[in-house]
Amino acid sequence: MHVHEKPTFESNYTVQGGNFDEAGKVASQIKVILKKLGLQTDVVRKAALVAYESEINIVSYARKGTISISVTPGQVKIETTDEGQGIPDINLAMQEGYSTATSKIREMGFGAGMGLCNIKKFSDHFQITSEIGKGTHLKMIINIENGV
Amino acid sequence: MTLNEVIEILDADVLVGQDQLEMEVKTAFGADLMSDVLAFAKSGSLLLTGLTNPQVIRTSDILDIAAIIMVRGKKPAPETIRLAEELRIPVLSTKYILFETAGRLYEKGIKGCVERVDNNFARS
Repeated sequence: MHVHEKPTFESNYTVQGGNFDEAGKVASQIKVILKKLGLQTDVVRKAALVAYESEINIVSYARKGTISISVTPGQVKIETTDEGQGIPDINLAMQEGYSTATSKIREMGFGAGMGLCNIKKFSDHFQITSEIGKGTHLKMIINIENGV
Repeated sequence: MTLNEVIEILDADVLVGQDQLEMEVKTAFGADLMSDVLAFAKSGSLLLTGLTNPQVIRTSDILDIAAIIMVRGKKPAPETIRLAEELRIPVLSTKYILFETAGRLYEKGIKGCVERVDNNFARS
């Protein structure tokens, strides 16, 4: 971990729940920025993917949320905080195939109970906390080998 | 194989990317579930799908998918086309079903991104 290193890039984005037309826009922007910072393609891909699945989750399940990204020479950190219903049983939500998705979400090609699994798989470090009626917080770290 | 050759093999229409048909492709992935595409598709591959909403374009952008082939004669909504144009991702449409589309491309040398998934964490 390189937690004490000064960030080379930091930014926050607001995501509106239920706005399916715009879903993925923030992740696209994050990908462009990470590419411009000159990060390895593998790191960019993992970070963009993780941001995208998280964004889809906010749009699908929350009223609104924020995605924040912080890049240091050693890692990309992506955190999402949403205002929403929260997740009653995180272990169940983490199970591949478990989903509470609506038909609208499924029409988009998501909602098959893979989002959180994908996020976990593509992160080097993943943390999820949730409070019923309040919202969910995700923290994902993708390590950068050899620095920026 | 170039996209021009892909078009010929699949008798496909070009919906976006008329100026990018010289692009070379070697691999493909086929699915209607975007989470599966995210989990398994590789950069520079063709994406074969029956889904036509803008999330197909977003997913392809995130992964640097080379080009999208919409199967079963599907025609995307205008907002899908607009996003593909904005992000410069070629979109083709073929009347062949997913199985036929994959088979015809495979026969001509296009390979899968991954051959099989031996466990949930298999991706390279």
